[in-house]
Amino acid sequence: MREFLEGSQAVAEAVKLCKPGVISAYPITPQTHIVEELAQMVADGELNSQFVNVESEHSAASVVLGAVATGVRAYTASSSQGLIYMAEVLFNIAGMRLPVVLTCANRALSAPINIWNDQQDSVSMRDTGWIQLYAENAQEVVDLHFIAYRLGEDKSVMLPVMVCMDGFILTHGIETVDIPTQEEVDKFLPAYTPLYKLDPDNPLTLGPIVDPEYYMETRYAIQETHKEALELIPQINAEFSKVFGRQYQGLIEEYRTKDAGRVIVAMGSVCGTIKDVVDELRTKGKKVGLLKIITYRPFPQQEIYEALKSSPKVAVLDRALSLGSFAPLAAEIKATFFNKKKKPQVISSFIVGLGGRDITKDSIKEIFRLLNTKEKAGEFIDLKPELLKERYE
Amino acid sequence: MFGPLVVKAGTSRNNKTGSWRIETRPKFLQKNCIGCKMCLLICPEGCISGDEKNTYSCDYEFCKGCGGCAVICPKADVIMVKEESKE
Amino acid sequence: MSKILFAPGHTACAGCGQALAARIVIDASGPNTIVANNTGCLEVFSTKYPESAWEVPWIHSLFENSAAVASGIEAALKYLGKKDNINVIAQGGDGGTADIGLQALSGMLERGHDILYVCYDNEAYMNTGIQRSGLTPFDANTTTSPIGSRSTGNIHPKKPMPEIAYAHGIPYVATASVGFTQDLQKKVKKAFTIKGPKYLQIHVPCPLGWGHQPNISFQVAKLAVETGLFPLIEYENGKLSVRQIQPKPVEEYLKVQARFKHLLNSPEEIKKIQAIADANIDKYNLRTQS
Repeated sequence: MREFLEGSQAVAEAVKLCKPGVISAYPITPQTHIVEELAQMVADGELNSQFVNVESEHSAASVVLGAVATGVRAYTASSSQGLIYMAEVLFNIAGMRLPVVLTCANRALSAPINIWNDQQDSVSMRDTGWIQLYAENAQEVVDLHFIAYRLGEDKSVMLPVMVCMDGFILTHGIETVDIPTQEEVDKFLPAYTPLYKLDPDNPLTLGPIVDPEYYMETRYAIQETHKEALELIPQINAEFSKVFGRQYQGLIEEYRTKDAGRVIVAMGSVCGTIKDVVDELRTKGKKVGLLKIITYRPFPQQEIYEALKSSPKVAVLDRALSLGSFAPLAAEIKATFFNKKKKPQVISSFIVGLGGRDITKDSIKEIFRLLNTKEKAGEFIDLKPELLKERYE
Repeated sequence: MFGPLVVKAGTSRNNKTGSWRIETRPKFLQKNCIGCKMCLLICPEGCISGDEKNTYSCDYEFCKGCGGCAVICPKADVIMVKEESKE
Repeated sequence: MSKILFAPGHTACAGCGQALAARIVIDASGPNTIVANNTGCLEVFSTKYPESAWEVPWIHSLFENSAAVASGIEAALKYLGKKDNINVIAQGGDGGTADIGLQALSGMLERGHDILYVCYDNEAYMNTGIQRSGLTPFDANTTTSPIGSRSTGNIHPKKPMPEIAYAHGIPYVATASVGFTQDLQKKVKKAFTIKGPKYLQIHVPCPLGWGHQPNISFQVAKLAVETGLFPLIEYENGKLSVRQIQPKPVEEYLKVQARFKHLLNSPEEIKKIQAIADANIDKYNLRTQS
């Protein structure tokens, strides 16, 4: 049913339809509305779930870890400082192959403290082994949650999934979304059946200490599973479209890239703005396009290669930094084309929208303008040089 | 694909810690035992078993030779002997 | 005789007080138990892949979160309608409980989960090599509170964890010792007859860390109680009961452990430790009236 909802509300509706048995979270802007909605649903008897109000994000992640280990589907959500606080547990959950689903309301990292949107939080967690999916709009956010549970709980995957949505922009923006029925979701998402669990009828030891003779293979296994997930994600999205009608390739979205002379690569809500600019410039005869990355982990190298190999000029937008080195997404896009015969002539790297700095249509047009034969390396867009004159002595 | 992550219950029994004993091992005389069960209770390995008086002994495959049983026995019915004697 | 739920073949040191306590706890709890365990000696020596001593479902996540993991397990069992038949234990060492794990423990206690938290108190971070923790007693020699020309050991008093747990208003708090094994068994069994959060702190000697022979772990534990340095107390639904003692002088306890050996030349320091014992004796009325 189509409803006019705040993004956070839409997430709560989606999570409710997934019927998690345990929900545990700690409040942090801008995730709060999601968990407040879920708490209200539980209080009203609309959602049969154990709602555990924990004393920190580290414990929120630990609670869902324990719940999934006991064979019950679980959910948590966080953002920024909270996500980083639970970083240790994130590695732990992925290492233990427990399919938790977490919504990350993307927000900048302290210091300085900033509650507005960028992607530094989830991008900083890209090494954890979690599958990471990025949403462009509220509908995608809703749909990605069903896909997340279906994907993570697949017996060949058994990995946790992070659904990333830009803080405030998607969490607090109000959009029209199609919220499916319980019957539709039940058709797509079966009940969670674990490979192993804590059960007195079949006692097992989870989380042993593993010495050098055994550790490496556990990491190799996760790496291989991510590769297998690259095959599975488009299949799951095909199943999704059969049930819900909406089509997603699942790994990427190619928006008017086929004959584009200049293509921007980006993740998240900025893609909506870029699509508008692409459409506007196309009416003026400019051949431009957008490659949207939906699945960031596993990194869809092959799909990106195929999509961009014939694009002469590519601009990669990063809403995060790896301070001291290349921008994260740009580095991975460049690595995809290293030593390939067919590749873009120019792959320019731009840093945009950190700490919630607005990315306007003008910003995007500026990027297309800067996307010329001179390759840009980590160039900041919409920077204010007058603020760089601070002296502390 | 999965790696080494989950361990079956009780598999520590494959590790015969009896090999840790170097000098002494406990000998259960089974003469003056009063069946107080203290030796059984305080063994960190849990490898002492027994029921009525004078039925107590340990599993030498796992006994580490800590000697706690010999010290605790109120009737000195457990003594530590040389490991080589294999008594 | 009940089933053995903590199998031999684990790699604890000979005479390890914690191994003994862990075995007694899980045997008293029974096979319908799920355990969440912090990182520490017990976790490491009982679950080195591919061997595990545990005959019950058992999970280890991180150093400080067994209370939170157990909260998730308990919530999941509640969701499945299975909680009434299954005991849930969260356990860890003194460091994992009173220091790094205090937050998760406090949250678990405050939320009222039906979980027994067990703290194996060997009074230092033993697994990492005998470093000082919040439960290390005054004047103990550890690697991070070493004795030296300017130091007689740990300068901080032992954090009153049982009182801290009790301050959360939970229905059952108790201390126990491997020097009193039947008392320990009774307390575990009693704890599981009570619904809600329970806290049990067990004093467990560490022959290596405390510096005593492995065959007297039981006796060392007993002396700690008999001097008043580790009182055996029990808060059950607001009512306090204690194990009364005929107090022995603290010297008897200190002289059998290398970690206190340096004090034997120092009557001043022994007086201070005696004062700690005396304060416990007064506070809990430990002296037998005979």
